[in-house]
Amino acid sequence: MADRAPVIDLRDVTKVYRSGALAVAALRGITLRVDAGEYVAVMGPSGSGKSTLMHILGCLEVPTSGTYVLDGQDVSTMDETELASVRCHRIGFVFQQFNLLPSLTALRNVELPLAYAGVGRAERRGRALEALGRVGLADRVQHRPGELSGGQQQRVAIARALVNDPSLILADEPTGALDSASAAEIIGLLDELHAAGRTLVLITHDPDVARSAGRSVRLLDGLILAETEPVP
Amino acid sequence: MTWLETLRTSLDAIRTRRLRSGLTVLGIMIGIAAVILTVGLGQGAQNQVSAEINALGTNLLTVSPGSATTASGIRSGFGSASTLTESDAAALASRTVAPDVADVAPVVTSSGTLTDTLNSNNWTTAVDGTTPSWAAVRDRTVAQGRFLDRQDVTDHAAVAVLGPDTASELFRGFDPVGQSVDVNGVPMTVVGVLDSVGSTSSSTASSQDDLVIVPISTAVQRLFGPSSLSSILVKSTSGGTLSAAYQEVDDELLALHKITNPADADFTIASEASLVSTATSVDRTLTVLLGGIAGISLLVGGIGVMNIMLVSVTERVREIGLRKALGATPALVRRQFLVEASVLGLSGGGLGTLLALLGAGLLPHAIGYPIALSPLAVVGALAIAIAIGLVFGVYPASRAARLAPIDALRTE
Repeated sequence: MADRAPVIDLRDVTKVYRSGALAVAALRGITLRVDAGEYVAVMGPSGSGKSTLMHILGCLEVPTSGTYVLDGQDVSTMDETELASVRCHRIGFVFQQFNLLPSLTALRNVELPLAYAGVGRAERRGRALEALGRVGLADRVQHRPGELSGGQQQRVAIARALVNDPSLILADEPTGALDSASAAEIIGLLDELHAAGRTLVLITHDPDVARSAGRSVRLLDGLILAETEPVP
Repeated sequence: MTWLETLRTSLDAIRTRRLRSGLTVLGIMIGIAAVILTVGLGQGAQNQVSAEINALGTNLLTVSPGSATTASGIRSGFGSASTLTESDAAALASRTVAPDVADVAPVVTSSGTLTDTLNSNNWTTAVDGTTPSWAAVRDRTVAQGRFLDRQDVTDHAAVAVLGPDTASELFRGFDPVGQSVDVNGVPMTVVGVLDSVGSTSSSTASSQDDLVIVPISTAVQRLFGPSSLSSILVKSTSGGTLSAAYQEVDDELLALHKITNPADADFTIASEASLVSTATSVDRTLTVLLGGIAGISLLVGGIGVMNIMLVSVTERVREIGLRKALGATPALVRRQFLVEASVLGLSGGGLGTLLALLGAGLLPHAIGYPIALSPLAVVGALAIAIAIGLVFGVYPASRAARLAPIDALRTE
């Protein structure tokens, strides 16, 4: 593993939000390395900077200082359009609120990242169906989000995160809006993805969820407080 | 993402907001229909006036007695002096004096009460005493019988030619030719009926179809008593020689009346061409005015598009953020909203054009005015509709494109 380039290489990353004269440092110097195939849980109380960290990892925001090399590419100085392309090809997002487009069927929701990646229609359909089959929703492809349960919606979202074959899957409190049975299903699904060799970063404040990850990182006040190695 | 997919996405977005999109489209639709119809109405009125005036002959000059200013500087109206004579008319008819004049017709006009001796129907209308050349000068032909001839004038014959409307008012379907009609109590024989210049509602045209023509000698001797001419109608050899003819008539009459200063002229020459330009400029003013009002309604429609697009952007912050997180570039987001706005504009334009075509078919029956729709105006209106969508869509679209994906996703 050591000879392979890390998926995530954060060096001394800070993020300062300015609103008027007030400057709030959300991240105060984070250095983090995640290798391919790792499953990392980022934990911390609210206000600890874990959401900001996820946004930077997801290329939704750029750091105020420090460097971020994703999959061998320095993304800390990219412009909006380049970042969009990176998000499109290298990152799959899973959100707490699912964030599916209510007017589109499950299939078309999953096709969306492929459309932005410029994949042709026939191939797109095939890959989206495959991803939906992978999360166990092969029989629900023509349903709209409103016709699916919370757990099913989150599985559609995971299919959408997988469909572009990204280097990194980022999940922000993926079980936060689910009942415990559905949450267990989703955790199981993420475990399967990890077992299949995917790199996952999971943001959560639930220790039970974090336990399934191989490694957990604790944040407090914008700094990494502790790293816990997995219990064997 | 291809343009087709962007279009499909935009149509989806419009479909999910049916009522609001429908109302926005309605605003554009009314604006476009109003613009097309007012322009069509103005164009129709212009065509109608031009057609009527063309029917009178655009190479026609009308010489009237009197002038704008008398020698003493007091304004006296058009036709207030009695200075034109038949010998003036005869002089103008000479090809050597006025080579660009084709025909000259002296006219004595008065009103007369007609009674047909068959049914005793009464009708009051204009009676024109003139010469046979009147028909050539006015480009008129007879539908039935014959027009006046030289002999009628020489003989002071008691004959009359009726306008088509006059004939039908008096004889109500009977053949008027050969019948007798009393003009101010003097019995006359109807020898002919003029062709109609067109049955339009305008007052100019109806007076062209409602009149009685008698020989000028008969009018002076037996109907009105000795009087000077009401006007001399002069026809130039062609439309292009009208101004040359004008100059010749002016010079000759000044010489005949021994007037040295043209400003003291005791006659006025009016051309139909000046009537045409007056009438069309009045119509154009109206078209511009109405078109301006219609344009404002179109502008309001455009602001409606901007409004709905801004609301749409605000409402869809999450969607925009998500699309960006999934890899939509700012340019793609902008394009999506622009396409959406132009689809709204285009549908409004298309429906507005249909409404205008429908209105152009139905309105003339209700208001009695023709509407001339030119394909150019329709294409122009459609282009304006798309342009409105684009122009008023630019601001909302760039707002959407500038949204930071993270701010967008954060909105709960």
